[in-house]
Amino acid sequence: MDGFLIIKDGVPPFLSILIFLPLAGALVLLLFNNDHFAKIWSLVVTLLTAACSIPVYLGFDLTTHKYQFGEHHAWIPAWDINYTLGIDGISLLLVMMTTLIMPLCVLGSWSYIKKRVREFMICLLIMETSMIGVFVSLDFVLFYVLWEAMLIPMYLMIAIWGGPRKVYASTKFFLYTLAGSVLLLVAIIALYLQTGSFSIPAMMGHEYSYLFQILVFLAFFLAFAIKVPMFPFHTWLPAAHVEAPTAGSVILASILLKMGTYGFLRFCLPITPEATITFMPYILWLSVAGILYGGFTALAQHDMKKLIAYSSVGHMGFVTLGIFLLNKNGVEGAILQMINHGVTTGALFLCVGMIYERTHSRELADGAGVGKFMPWYVTFLAFFSLSSLAFPGTNSFVGEFMILVGGFTKYKILTACAIPGAVLAAAYMLRMLQKVVWGGTNNPSHTGLLDLNMREILTLAPLLVFVFWIGLSPEPFLAVMHTSVSHLLAQVSNTVDPSSAMASLMLP
Amino acid sequence: MEIVSCKLLYALLAPLIGALVVMRCGKHPDLREGVSVVASVAMFCLVLSMIPDVLAGNRLVYNLFNILPGVTVTLRADGMSMIFAIVSSFLWMLAVFYSMGYMRALQEHAQTRFNACFALALFGAIGVAFSDNLFTMYLFYEIVSICTYPLVAHHQDRESYSGARKYIIYLTTTAKGLLLPAMILIYVLTGTLDFADNINTGIFPTDANSALVTMLYVFCLLGFAKSGIMPLHNWLPSAMVAPTPVSALLHAVAVVKVGVFSTTRVMLYVFGTSTMEALNLGIPTAYFVSFTILAASVIALSKDNLKARLAYSTVSQLSYIILGVALLTTSGIQGGLVHIANHAFAKITLFFCAGAIYVASHKKNISEMSGLGRTMPFTFAAFAIASLSMIGVPPVAGFVTKWKLLMGALQMEAHYIGIILILLTSTLLNVAYFAPVTIKAFFGKPPAGEKFAGIKEAPLAMLIPLLLAAFISVLIGIFPEFMMCFVKAVTG
Repeated sequence: MDGFLIIKDGVPPFLSILIFLPLAGALVLLLFNNDHFAKIWSLVVTLLTAACSIPVYLGFDLTTHKYQFGEHHAWIPAWDINYTLGIDGISLLLVMMTTLIMPLCVLGSWSYIKKRVREFMICLLIMETSMIGVFVSLDFVLFYVLWEAMLIPMYLMIAIWGGPRKVYASTKFFLYTLAGSVLLLVAIIALYLQTGSFSIPAMMGHEYSYLFQILVFLAFFLAFAIKVPMFPFHTWLPAAHVEAPTAGSVILASILLKMGTYGFLRFCLPITPEATITFMPYILWLSVAGILYGGFTALAQHDMKKLIAYSSVGHMGFVTLGIFLLNKNGVEGAILQMINHGVTTGALFLCVGMIYERTHSRELADGAGVGKFMPWYVTFLAFFSLSSLAFPGTNSFVGEFMILVGGFTKYKILTACAIPGAVLAAAYMLRMLQKVVWGGTNNPSHTGLLDLNMREILTLAPLLVFVFWIGLSPEPFLAVMHTSVSHLLAQVSNTVDPSSAMASLMLP
Repeated sequence: MEIVSCKLLYALLAPLIGALVVMRCGKHPDLREGVSVVASVAMFCLVLSMIPDVLAGNRLVYNLFNILPGVTVTLRADGMSMIFAIVSSFLWMLAVFYSMGYMRALQEHAQTRFNACFALALFGAIGVAFSDNLFTMYLFYEIVSICTYPLVAHHQDRESYSGARKYIIYLTTTAKGLLLPAMILIYVLTGTLDFADNINTGIFPTDANSALVTMLYVFCLLGFAKSGIMPLHNWLPSAMVAPTPVSALLHAVAVVKVGVFSTTRVMLYVFGTSTMEALNLGIPTAYFVSFTILAASVIALSKDNLKARLAYSTVSQLSYIILGVALLTTSGIQGGLVHIANHAFAKITLFFCAGAIYVASHKKNISEMSGLGRTMPFTFAAFAIASLSMIGVPPVAGFVTKWKLLMGALQMEAHYIGIILILLTSTLLNVAYFAPVTIKAFFGKPPAGEKFAGIKEAPLAMLIPLLLAAFISVLIGIFPEFMMCFVKAVTG
């Protein structure tokens, strides 16, 4: 354990607290059948969880790449399955973001969810447990259990509280994700048979044959690419987003999509480095295709949620582009962009939810021209849209800038092909903004619209703070990842020759 | 010497805070306009207070945010920023009064939004003037694009939406599609986005790939589409659907000057004269923008709508500034940069006159204004003075530009005959499209049956600013040293 895990005596087991606090909250909720209590209780529990994540950030040691706040307990000794937790520079920000987003999801569902409120809140809390667990677990079985556990509450959220086509959307979501997960399980067992351990760091340290790496990589890739979702595995996403309730969309966009890219960083790169290099050119071009495809498709949408869903395909294309550039700027930009996308897209889905509560439509034409009646709302929407199109001074600009710097350092033509994606982002976001703020002014159906209330402003304000904080002073966020990213890149480049024949052929 | 100065920050905050307060004062028009006046005066005074330090050869800097190594939000005031800052902050004061008169006389809607966006556009413009690196400049450049969109689309009818759509598409596409990759490649090549300390060296290492640097130069030249270089000029005439004060301040002064200022700033302080000479970029640029100078003048000749004619005149005149800098000679650069100020005062006068004529008589076309000069003598007198400045007749300011540009052309080793011919031809074209407006207004016969009954000069809130702007055009023509001293600080 000493090789990779830092376990300090006398420090409270913060990671376990983060995992089990929401679960305990969910169990308590089972006892009380009162909707109002359920909302307040969930808010308290998620806020407490967020508070507990602050010491993790403050106590994080920037100088080591080892997993910190480690916990190690035997679980099933016969198969060497352990309860191992730890956090490093790659997962820290994702955990922080999860704990930040969850209270906002509770607030965003406050009046949106009208039936079975208690059950909805239980789903939210179980989601939080499993999502934090996925980011901090260092044992593959524990990881897989929690990875699968996320599916069920998410499925229920779409299937019970979703829109008119909820059955179709939830089934599609479930089948796609499950298909990927099955291959993930196969890969995990194959790795276990090779190494004799389910410990993720142990698997990283092991050497595998090239063919074995290729097969494991492909299994990993499919599982994670569906989750991201990378083009062309993205079709479940717009369906799920459109039908999911606001909180479901927010969780989906902000956190679940990051599981895929987190998987690339945590498993593909360090465990199968040679295969990563082999497939890098294909994945880079797929990312560029996703950026352009997402942009063009978003431009054609009339449903606000679909528009943002397709924009996610484009934004996540930038993330996978950055990851597989395999240089410091690319990977750090990608991790930052994961956070940025979580903050910005989460906020945009909250915004769409707020307008849906008022007009009961997400069509751009029906939402047109609310600017006159809801000035606070459009102010927030404008800032988040600008952030989404990577306006300089906002968070996404920094992430995109770093990824493009990484790209132009390495492959100029490939990166130049991604630039139209940035232009398209401006086009579809400004189009949406123009329609919502101004289009069809004096729309008589809007005269009775109420502007945001205090709860809604409080829901959006924290995210706006992060938009500008990351946009203008990203150093506190980048500092935590430097050491871990350098270590990750060393793991990849130590083993292999970086200029394989295929790469030189495909990447001028 | 570098001096850290908070004044830069305050000058930047004045319009921003002004805009926020304006938004809260929507229900009290007088208070709202009062806030605009206070903000503009505050900004002007802050800019003035920096003059002594800058003229003493110092550079004021203020670091706001550090984003990545070599990428910061930092403000600087040097000779070049002062020209633009003085002009835009002074003209903002005039424009506040003028637009108060214009908007109230026409009883325009959404005046609060108008005033707030106006202040925000100035926030962006002053930010560009004071930017110390390419990123800061890009940031404020984009703020100007976004904040002026509601101004262009002000009337919220089909025509203004389509004009505004064209406006935003041209500006954001070029900024994202050309400037962003150029900026990133510059960062990859040099590791920094800071401007150089002088206009000679540039920031590129001597062994940089010359083809790549040339490509970056082209990207920058075309990427700042606000400078209205053909073929990316088309947004400007379309944006004339905006109310006239917007056309006046923004599309004659702030927005387009943000474009040319950024272009010339990048030419001089990112690429530097020595790099441009080494890669032979100056002469092709000069001929490239010469096409805009001549073609836009010819188009202006064919326009009967006064604002459209002024718009094409702007397109043409902006390219003088880039032409002057592209000559890469001391006088050429001085003539180009001083034209930022000279053109601003003259062009805002012309647009103010166009607005005053519209408010007084609801006439937009030049052919209908024949004989109107006798009814509105002050307006047309100001128009005549500003036209003379555009043409380059002494003692009005435009003469200084033409003189310096011709001097700059003569200092060149080759190609000076071509440049001189272009300058002379364009001057003749300027005469051809400006002179008839004034001559017809004063000496032409009114159209049949037109008595101009009930038409008198526009309200004083409009008349005084336009006369003042015309007066200053003459003043800086007679005493060119006031603006030239900053330009000389640039060329050293």
